[in-house]
Amino acid sequence: MKILVPVKRTQDPYVKVRLKPDGSGIDTSNIKYAINTFDEIAVEEALRKKEEFGGEVVVVSVGTQEWTEQIRVALAMGADRGILVDTGGKYIDHVIVAKVLAKIIEEEKPDLVIMGKQAIDDDANQVGQILAGLLDWPQATFAYKVEVNLQDRKAKVIREVDGGLETVEVDLPAIITTDLRLNQPRYASLPGIMRARQKPLKTIKIEELGVDLTPYVTIEKLETPPPRKAGVKVKDVDELIEKLKEKKVLPF
Amino acid sequence: MSILVIAETRNGELKKASLSAVTCAKILAEKTGLNYNILTFEPSEKAKEELSQLGAEKVFVAKGEHLKNYTAENYAIAVSEIAKKVDAKYILATATTFGKDLLPRLVSKIPNSAMISEVIEVIDAETFKKLVYAGDIISTLKIKSEKKILSVRGTAFDKAGKVDKKSDVVEEEIKENYTRKRFITFEETKSERPELTEASIVVSVGRGIKDPENIKIVEELADVLGAAIGASRAVVDAGWLPNDFQVGQTGKTVAPQLYIAIGISGAIQHVAGMKDSKVIVAINKDPEAPIFQIADIGLVADLFQVVPELTQKLKKLKQESAG
Repeated sequence: MKILVPVKRTQDPYVKVRLKPDGSGIDTSNIKYAINTFDEIAVEEALRKKEEFGGEVVVVSVGTQEWTEQIRVALAMGADRGILVDTGGKYIDHVIVAKVLAKIIEEEKPDLVIMGKQAIDDDANQVGQILAGLLDWPQATFAYKVEVNLQDRKAKVIREVDGGLETVEVDLPAIITTDLRLNQPRYASLPGIMRARQKPLKTIKIEELGVDLTPYVTIEKLETPPPRKAGVKVKDVDELIEKLKEKKVLPF
Repeated sequence: MSILVIAETRNGELKKASLSAVTCAKILAEKTGLNYNILTFEPSEKAKEELSQLGAEKVFVAKGEHLKNYTAENYAIAVSEIAKKVDAKYILATATTFGKDLLPRLVSKIPNSAMISEVIEVIDAETFKKLVYAGDIISTLKIKSEKKILSVRGTAFDKAGKVDKKSDVVEEEIKENYTRKRFITFEETKSERPELTEASIVVSVGRGIKDPENIKIVEELADVLGAAIGASRAVVDAGWLPNDFQVGQTGKTVAPQLYIAIGISGAIQHVAGMKDSKVIVAINKDPEAPIFQIADIGLVADLFQVVPELTQKLKKLKQESAG
């Protein structure tokens, strides 16, 4: 089974992101980068399916040369090869990313695409669904559990939805997006890191794919939300209850 | 040209979260001079009645045997057909898991369209605000596609109320059926408590609770207050509560009247999901915990002592006020 995993380079999830003092953009001086939290879960799930069925895991990024760092991490975890679609730093929106991935998928013809449900930088939660629509493939978003039946070319996916868990069945090829509890991603081992250096990593220039690179959605301004004022400290439960009464938030 | 709002139902009942998207549509209608229509699926008679009182031009009900259970694939086909019929320039839904799953699929079904997720403010006909980086930054985005798809952050808009004028309810038969995905089951989380995103009080528990056995002391407090229970990601990751309870960037966004954070340190990703709450109370034994920087009322104490005490004293207060 061939599985394709799109991967985004995002900030370390435990760092508070700030604007540059002049507000012109994100202050990247103190930011460490990692594979987007949900994409890392997608890499892990793809590796587990490969362990179960054999085949190949291909990692794809749409970004700058720096993103090869994260592709190498995925290769060190066990993915087989990487593709970087090099944007040269050009601004692109979600529709463009989906169209670029669709081109790569036409070429690679995977049985399954597994990707994060959202990126933790722009928190959009769009690309997987747009991509599924472009390809007219079925989508199973927010996956909690994935069972593949390769013989019948089907997958049963349990999805995390409001109010409970939903189970759907999709025919392959399909797009699956990951939720947090799907798995616990492995760490890259030292031999894995050594092997990753030898694994193929191809770069394609985004202009070569014939996708219209005019974005529909552009960023006009970034700003910091007004800070919430720290309130008062109370010494005990009685004082806490008094404050709650003052603020009129108790139902009785 | 018009605006189309997709209203979500569950077991026929209208999801109240959808009323936030209706409010956003009203704001857009004022700014653009367009009318808005509502589209829904499988509504009960009561839900139809409620939807007909929201000031919409028309309420459409998409019908079809294959629409009985939700799939993004079939619902996207239905939405794009109705959108064409009413010449929708904007398509909106609240960013529940339903809206998040469905709306982006429309982008590829509707020519010359694009989407902005989790809108928190309408600036003008093509400019909207949303939170990025777990709520650390507000981004103002401009969307220039001819058709604009917007998911709406429920906590950022009030729920639309009734109006006097009644809208016509129109049924539309949808024929096309996407068969490569099949709904199998829905396993509902059973709870006597209010739903997390709709509760006016939320009592939330973090890693400080130490053991899943101890969650009951938080449940007792929630029950006195008639509150929903929430959890930090740590608690969910540990498997102590289902993901459905998770408040934060990677879980649900809530903005209740009162949010009580118990044993929660206040990681960025958690705060992103609750900082719009009206009053935030934090109980944590670590005085340096970041949660105190955003709490209106902070109590530095051992939760195992003060939470049961708080429950008892509130119970007494409740009895007194009832008596």
